[in-house]
Amino acid sequence: MAYHIPEELLYTKSHEWVRFDEDGTALVGITDFAQHSLGDIVFINLPEQGQHAAAGEQLADVESVKAVEGILSPVTGTVLCVNEALDEAPEAVNEDPYGAWIVRIGDIAGRGELLDAAQYRAHVEQEEA
Amino acid sequence: MKLLFERSREGSGCAILPPLDVPECLPSPELMRKTPLRLPQVAEVDLSRHYAALEKRAFGVNDGFYPLGSCTMKYNPKVNEQIAALPGFAKLHPLSDERDVQGAMEVYFRAGTCLAAITGMDYMTFQAAAGAHGEFLGLLLIRAYHRDRGDFARKKILVPDSAHGTNPASAAMAGFEVVSIPSTADGRVDLEALRMAAGPDTAGLMLTNPNTLGIFDENILEITRIVHAAGGLNYYDGANLNAIMGVARPGDMGFDVVHLNLHKTFSTPHGGGGPGSGAVGVKAFLADFLPRRQVRKELGGYHFVDPPKSVGAVKAFYGNFAVVVKAFAYLLSLGPDGVRQAAECAVLNANYLMHALRPGYTPAIEGMCMHEFVLSLEALKRETGVSALDVAKGMIDGGMHPPTMYFPMIVHEALMLEPTETESRQTLDWAAGVMLEILRKARENPESLHAAPVTAPVRRLDEVTAARRPVLRYPF
Amino acid sequence: MGGYIPSTEAERREMLASIGLASPEELFRQVPESIRFPHISMEGGLSEMEVSREMEEISEKNRVYRSVFRGAGAYDHYIPAIVPAVTSKETFVTAYTPYQAEISQGVLQSIFEYQTMICELTGMDVSNASVYDGATAAAEAVRMTVDTRRMAALVADTIHPMVLETVQTYADGAGVEIRRVPSKGGRCDLDALREMLVEDVACVLLQSPNFFGLVEDGDSVVALAHANQSKAILSVNPIACALYKTPGEMGADIAVGEGQPLGMPLSFGGPYLGFMASTSALMRKLPGRIVGQTTDLEGKRAYVLTLQAREQHIRREKALSNICSNQALCAMTAAVYMAAMGGEGMRQAARACHAKAAYLRAALEKAGFAPVHQGEFFHEFLTECPVEPERVLSALANQGILGGLPVNGGILWCATEKCSRAEMDRLARIAREAVG
Repeated sequence: MAYHIPEELLYTKSHEWVRFDEDGTALVGITDFAQHSLGDIVFINLPEQGQHAAAGEQLADVESVKAVEGILSPVTGTVLCVNEALDEAPEAVNEDPYGAWIVRIGDIAGRGELLDAAQYRAHVEQEEA
Repeated sequence: MKLLFERSREGSGCAILPPLDVPECLPSPELMRKTPLRLPQVAEVDLSRHYAALEKRAFGVNDGFYPLGSCTMKYNPKVNEQIAALPGFAKLHPLSDERDVQGAMEVYFRAGTCLAAITGMDYMTFQAAAGAHGEFLGLLLIRAYHRDRGDFARKKILVPDSAHGTNPASAAMAGFEVVSIPSTADGRVDLEALRMAAGPDTAGLMLTNPNTLGIFDENILEITRIVHAAGGLNYYDGANLNAIMGVARPGDMGFDVVHLNLHKTFSTPHGGGGPGSGAVGVKAFLADFLPRRQVRKELGGYHFVDPPKSVGAVKAFYGNFAVVVKAFAYLLSLGPDGVRQAAECAVLNANYLMHALRPGYTPAIEGMCMHEFVLSLEALKRETGVSALDVAKGMIDGGMHPPTMYFPMIVHEALMLEPTETESRQTLDWAAGVMLEILRKARENPESLHAAPVTAPVRRLDEVTAARRPVLRYPF
Repeated sequence: MGGYIPSTEAERREMLASIGLASPEELFRQVPESIRFPHISMEGGLSEMEVSREMEEISEKNRVYRSVFRGAGAYDHYIPAIVPAVTSKETFVTAYTPYQAEISQGVLQSIFEYQTMICELTGMDVSNASVYDGATAAAEAVRMTVDTRRMAALVADTIHPMVLETVQTYADGAGVEIRRVPSKGGRCDLDALREMLVEDVACVLLQSPNFFGLVEDGDSVVALAHANQSKAILSVNPIACALYKTPGEMGADIAVGEGQPLGMPLSFGGPYLGFMASTSALMRKLPGRIVGQTTDLEGKRAYVLTLQAREQHIRREKALSNICSNQALCAMTAAVYMAAMGGEGMRQAARACHAKAAYLRAALEKAGFAPVHQGEFFHEFLTECPVEPERVLSALANQGILGGLPVNGGILWCATEKCSRAEMDRLARIAREAVG
C-alpha cells in the first residue's frame, strides 16, 4: 500500500514524524502509516505543557476503538504546547496526519534515531512485508 | 426504544412507603440537597413493561446456544437460584454474631472443602468478587510470601503471550513488572524462553491450562518445575478449569495458588456481566497470608479468623455469599463423579463441534482440543473479504450467540468456541449447520455478511462516534 | 446423575466414535499420566430434591431477625416487589457481558439508565457501570488520582474500617502511601487535615455520613484538598444522597459508595454494588465498563460498551485497573429500585431513615444510652452502653431484635424506614431493662 511520506520531514522507526522549525523548536505528529494501522482514532492522550520529553520515550498515546499505541518522542526537550483541537476532533489525525500535529517541543537537547523520507519508506516497506 | 426517563410523567409513580409514624426531623438547611433529583416517575405497570421490553432485546443462556469461548456459558440450574433466595441466606446481616450465622459459615467451609479437593489445594478463600479480583489477591499472596522471606528482588511475573488481558493487568496492579513469554507455533509455552526468563527476580508465573487456544500444555510439570527451581511460585488462572475438573488438579501440576471463576465452572449465572465470585485456593505454606475473615472449623462450630500475616482485605465483608451458595448447591448435586463427567462432556462437545466444522473451518492449532477451540478465519478473509467479525454477526442472524472474537491475540481473525457440557448433540449439529451455511454465503454473497445482523433489534453500531464523542448519560 | 448434561449415554458413545475415540478417557491424552484421574474425595452426587432439602436445613441454622437495628455498611431497607420480579428475569440473569451489542441492547440500555441515575443521585457528570462493592470503589478511586509526582492518599479515620482495609490493600499493590487523618469529636479533624495536605498528596478520601453516622463537613474538605491541587473523593450513602448535599454540589472530583441500600438484600455481605461517578475531566480514568449512546447504521439510537481503550483487554499491564466485569445485575437492581421509588420516594425514604434514627436516639438516651457524638447524623449513631454491650444485645436477640453493632465499648445503632415506632419503643424498653 502507498502511504504519504512527505520529503521534507524526518521520521522515527516507531512512526512519528518531526519537523525542525527555524525557531529551534520541533513539531511532532504520527505518520500516515501509523494512522492507517490504528484505524479510526477516537482519543489522543496529550501530554501536559512544560512536561519533559525524552527521545525514544512515551510522550502521549493514541486510542482507537480496540487498540492503544504510545507516541514516542523523537527528541529530548520540553513540551511547549499541545494541539488542543485534537481533544474535540481526534479524527483530524486520520484525515490529515501531517497537518494535525500533536505537540511542539522546545529546548531541544538531543535527537533520537531519525530517518529521512527515503529511509522511512524502506522501513515501512520492510514492516509490511 | 424509549428510555425510562422518556416514559416519566410528572406525578406518576409507585406508592411504596407509608406515612411517617414519628415526628418529622429534617437536617439543617445548609446540609440539604438543592439540586432536584430527576429519577423517572413511572407507575409500576410501566416499569414492569419497560423491563419486559428490555429483556426481549437481550440474549442469555436461556435463549439459546452461547458458545462464548473462555466464558463457560453453561446452563444455570434453577434450583440454585431458589436456594440462594431462602430467607435464611438472603436476610443475614454480614456483621452478625457468629452463633447466628453458623449455617452461612458452613456453606463457606464446605464449599471450600469441595473446591480444595477438586483443585488439589489446601485452603480456599471466597473474598474476591470476580476472576480478575481473584488474580489480584493471588498475586498479593505471592508478593507477601517473598517479602516475608526477606526476598525483595522478585519483582517480575511471567505471563505467556496467549494470556487473558487480566493477567498482566492484575500483575501490574499488585506492583509487579510483567514479562511476556512467547508461545511456540503449536500453542505451547516456549520452554527455552521460559528457562531464559526465570531467575532470581522471578516472583512467579501465571498460566491458564488448558490455555486460551484450548490446548492442554503437556509440558506442564516441566513448566512449573522451571519456575520453582528459579524460586518463583506458580499461579493457576482457573478460567478454563471446566475442561479438567475431576480429571487433573492444578495442585498436582505444581501450582501454588489458583483462582476459580464460580460463575464459569460452577454454574452460577453471569447476570449480564456480574456478580461473580473469584474463589482463590492456596497450598498450606501460603495460608498465613490469606485475607482477613477466613472461616475455620473448630470445636463448637465455625469461626472467622484473621491469618497472622494477612495481606489485608480486597473487599468489605467475606465475598459474594449468594454466589457461593449457588456454587455449593451445584457441587452438592454433581459430586466427584458429576464433576468429572461435566469435564468429559465439555471436552467431548468441543471436539465434536470442531470436527463437525472441519469441512469448512480451520482450527488455529491442529489436533484434539480441550473444552474450547480457536478457528482462524485468515484464509477466508483473504479469499472472500469476510472477516471473523462478519461471521460472528452472521451467527446472530442464524439464531445463536457469537463466539469470542479476535482472541487470543496471537491468532489472526480468531473465533473461539466453547460449547460447554450442557448442550445436546442436536444443538451442536444445528450450530455446525448454521456456521457452514455462513461459509457458503461468504463465498456466494459476501455482502450479505458484511451487512449482518439484520434480524437483531439494531444493526451494527457506530462505535467510533461513541468513543469520540461520549454520551454516557441521558441528557434530559 | 446430576450435572445437567442433556446428551444421553448412547449419544455420547456415538459422538466419541465419530471423532475416532473409544472412551472418554482418550479425550485427555494430553494430560500427563502421572497426574491424570486423581481420586477426588468430596461430598455430593445428590438429586435436586436432596440438594434442596440439605440447603434448606443449612439455611435454618442461621438466625433471621424480623427487626434489624444494625447497619455499619449493610442496611436493611424495604425492597419493592417489582425489584426482584425484574431482576429474576431469566435473560437478564443468564446473559454475559454485553460484548455483542446488537443482541444486548436490553442489558446495555439498563446500564445506561443506571449510569444516568447514579449521576443524578451524586450530582456528578459521569458514572461507570459499577464495580464490586463500595470498598473497592473507594480503592479504585484512590488509584485514579495518583501519578508519579503524587503517590500519597489521605484517608479520614472516620471511614468504615473495612473500606479502609480494602483501600490499604489496593494501595500496597500500587505503592501508594495511605496516611490517616485523625478525627475530633467523631468527625475528620480539619486542622490536622490542613497540616497533612502537602505536595505529594494525590487525594483526600472522606466518607459522609461517616462510620459513626455523622455528616461530615464535605465542603471544607473538598476546598482544602483543592487548595493543594489534590483531588477530593467522597464516599456517600446513596439513600442519604436524596436528602443531603451531593458530592457534586460540594465540588468533589469522584463520588463512590456502597449501592446495597438500593434494593439489594443483606445476603451476608454480598453480592453488593460499588458505584463510581466523577467529573468529566476524570472520565477517561474511570475503571471498568462504561456504556455510551450511539446509533446503528440505519441511524437508530443504540447503546454500546465504550471508551474501551482504558481497559485491561486492550491496555494489558498498562491499564489503570484489572477489572473486567461489573455487578450488572446489581446495577439493574439499583436502577429498578430508584425508578420504583422515584425522586420523591427516595427523598421520603431518606427523611424516614433520619427521623426514625432521631426518634430512636432520643428513646435510647432516655433508657440510659447516652449519645457519644453531637451534631448532625443521618441514620446511624453511636451510644455509650452502661453495661457490657453483649448483655443488651442478647436481651434484644431473645426478643427477635438484632440490635446495633458493638463498637469501642458502645453500640452503633441504625434505623431505616422499615423500623416502626412500636418496634423502637419496644427496643428501648428491652434495652432499659437490660441495663436496669
